[in-house]
Amino acid sequence: MGITFRNETFRNDFTFRNSPEHIRRFPFPFHEDSYMYAVNIEPHVVGPKGSVLENLIDVDEHYVAEMQDRALVLAEDPLRCQSLPHMTLAGWDLLELLMEQQALGYPEHFTLTRDGDRWRWINRPLGIDDTFTFGDVSTLPYGPMEYITRQSQGDFCILDQRDGNLWMDAGMVTTQADWSLDFDIGMNFFEWHAPVPLAHEKGIFVRALKFLTNIQQGKPARRLNWTMTINPRLDTSPENYHKWGPDRTTVTPENVGDKVHLRVELQSFWRLPRSNGIVFPIRCYLIKMDELVTQPKWARRLHRVIRDLPEELATYKGLKRYRATLVEWLSKLDDGSPTSPGFGPD
Amino acid sequence: MSTGTTKLDVVVSDVIPVNELVTRFHFRRRDGQLLPTFSGGAHVVVEMRDGERTRLNPYSLMGSPLDTREYTISVRRDDVGRGGSLFMHRNVRPGMEMVISYPVNLFSLDLRARKHLMLAGGIGITPFMAQTAQLAAEGGNFELHYTCRTASLGTYADVLRERYDRRVRLYHDDRDERIELDRLLSSQPLGTHLYVCGPSGMIGWVRDRAAALGWPTETVHFEHFAAPQPGAPFDVTLAVSGKTIRVGEQQSLLEAIEAAGVDPPYLCRGGVCGQCETNVIAHDGKFIHNDHWLSEEEHRSCKKIMPCVSRFEGRSLVLER
Amino acid sequence: MAAKSIISRPVYGTLSPQPGKHHLFVADAEGALAITDLAAKAPDGFFAGAHIIFIPGHDRKHVAALEALKPAQFYQGPSFASALPRLKHTLANAHMGLRLYLAGTEGLIGQAMQAALEAGIDHTSIQTEHRGSLARRVQCVHCKGITENVTTQPATCSHCGLLLLVRDHYSRRLAAFQGVCINAEDRSEIPPTEEIFR
Repeated sequence: MGITFRNETFRNDFTFRNSPEHIRRFPFPFHEDSYMYAVNIEPHVVGPKGSVLENLIDVDEHYVAEMQDRALVLAEDPLRCQSLPHMTLAGWDLLELLMEQQALGYPEHFTLTRDGDRWRWINRPLGIDDTFTFGDVSTLPYGPMEYITRQSQGDFCILDQRDGNLWMDAGMVTTQADWSLDFDIGMNFFEWHAPVPLAHEKGIFVRALKFLTNIQQGKPARRLNWTMTINPRLDTSPENYHKWGPDRTTVTPENVGDKVHLRVELQSFWRLPRSNGIVFPIRCYLIKMDELVTQPKWARRLHRVIRDLPEELATYKGLKRYRATLVEWLSKLDDGSPTSPGFGPD
Repeated sequence: MSTGTTKLDVVVSDVIPVNELVTRFHFRRRDGQLLPTFSGGAHVVVEMRDGERTRLNPYSLMGSPLDTREYTISVRRDDVGRGGSLFMHRNVRPGMEMVISYPVNLFSLDLRARKHLMLAGGIGITPFMAQTAQLAAEGGNFELHYTCRTASLGTYADVLRERYDRRVRLYHDDRDERIELDRLLSSQPLGTHLYVCGPSGMIGWVRDRAAALGWPTETVHFEHFAAPQPGAPFDVTLAVSGKTIRVGEQQSLLEAIEAAGVDPPYLCRGGVCGQCETNVIAHDGKFIHNDHWLSEEEHRSCKKIMPCVSRFEGRSLVLER
Repeated sequence: MAAKSIISRPVYGTLSPQPGKHHLFVADAEGALAITDLAAKAPDGFFAGAHIIFIPGHDRKHVAALEALKPAQFYQGPSFASALPRLKHTLANAHMGLRLYLAGTEGLIGQAMQAALEAGIDHTSIQTEHRGSLARRVQCVHCKGITENVTTQPATCSHCGLLLLVRDHYSRRLAAFQGVCINAEDRSEIPPTEEIFR
């Protein structure tokens, strides 16, 4: 039994919705009633059936629509996908990883056949059937990273490891939470995180880097991050901020449930075998408030988290203009009763 | 969360004497699957079960990263060491089942380099076997300078000359051939990266000359796994686990800690990766530091030790383990 | 300079003589003083292996002081753009052992470093010293155009006209600070303009 892919949009008429099963599998990021940064990294191992962790590279009902949205972004702005010259080998590593994982998790949708360096890749949802020579860029229509990330949900940053640091030297970034690959490419781990408030002072990035540079092959790790977005818009890039920024002024008590979305990033970290680099897939999940509050525990907890969020974080996450409206709306769904431990719905 | 590597169950598929000191070992996966892909410069840690005793030694992978049907390592016999290489030479036979770690690379190529200049001494040639194979397949620009004692001890010199012709230069000590290091280092195009692997004297010499001639530190890469040295036995108190242990003459401190059922993380067991770094709580005596991880200042401070290669002489030592 | 900034904002030091066979200096205006200060600490014969590329200000000050150091090669040009072909040529033909020293305005340091990175030099090995103006090169994240000599906060993009918040976030690859529309959410909000990068 395969996935039924939805026909939906992330722009203009915003027809994106989650099915009831997808609401229940949503990776709600708060395990308690408050939020502060932590090095919340854990091994990226397979989780329960029916969760987003059922496969290490998750494909869901939004796959086809997300890939169509990515193609639109790239047609408008090709600088969202860049790879510095020394990163081609890492691109092949990523192509292998994503083809293997998608074929393993979803054999009804993806098939990879390898005969030495002669590979055949079948992607049924997107109608692709290509035969190519692994390692030979002239046998693919795009570079290896661009080719496979046009067929994989989420943003991808490929990091080169040298001199005890990680360098963001390649990436496909079309669904980002307000950072620019074109600006940040070539920066090290501390530099591209420089604009994040509070976390540097807490030594978060020093510890995180130490952990990430020691990630071993075959032992990926993961963490969750979150923000909020008005309308189910994937492309909230700084490049287009002047186009989507005005959305933040449109939130009213009447439309909170439909317009305000919790945006969760499932970030995973994998050692790449040939290049010794690290790939950092950032898989984005969106859920509108109306959908989220169908789970009463999540409604109560989100109310408390947003209400008590430190001012700097609220500003950094762009919540300022509509925070009060959102908290007021959520407060009506919070009777003050305790929430059960853990992320899942009751 | 532990940062050790995953283990691989392998079978020894071949044992081939290369010359009077060096033997090559081939491993395949017991389940017949391909081994994990690796990058040039990576090593594996080989577990050697020798009766009651388990030794864990790192060896560079020397096969082509493009062929993962088997892994190959080359081991130089060390008659005065703690016995790891002797065990490999004397006891390991084709068909034997062994356990090795996943590959880890602490001596990775800098793929930005316009040119890769490699200097090898003796058995230090092994990581370059894999790196040159990787670069040659990608059309990379490299040059290898290889010093050995005699032609017959020039392990794989013939193979390398045949594969890469003039990109490989050989220097034989018995013929008084020496690398003209200053000239070599001064004639490299901007954007060259330097890699050196060999005896510690050679590594020190190359690093010193490169620094004096204006090579920035981030362009100079070296790998030297220290072998744990035998020494006088000493007693250690492990404060966290509440145990007192004795480190034997032929045992490393890390091995003694592991034998007591405490498992610090490790990747290299050669004083390079930094994983097993341990805080010293109290001591009365002197440290014998053999690692390349801690700074000289940290060595002098007596507040940290790398138990994989370093020892202690004195009355008492308390560690945070 | 701002007291508190972020990690991606470049930090400049004080030029000091490095071990090496050749020494390439690129400086503008007051940057010459960083070179003459270094000369006081340099070993004998240091400038016999030196090449100075200098872009003097309108007053043409400091030219004589640099010539007096007797570098192996000395060049003065009217602008960074006019010096760039020479800089690129020198880097393309250089060998390992060449050390690079950059001194002067942030724009000069950033653009010379950009040429050096393209030639394969790692940024951490480059000596830099800031002297003179703090005017910024700013890349508009929206239209990608670079506006030179920005002294105000906010600043108007000279290409697309958006009003930009000039951030401390800096890209070595672009040799520019990041400019992000300051009133993207509500274009009617126009904050006062202050001259702060002088």
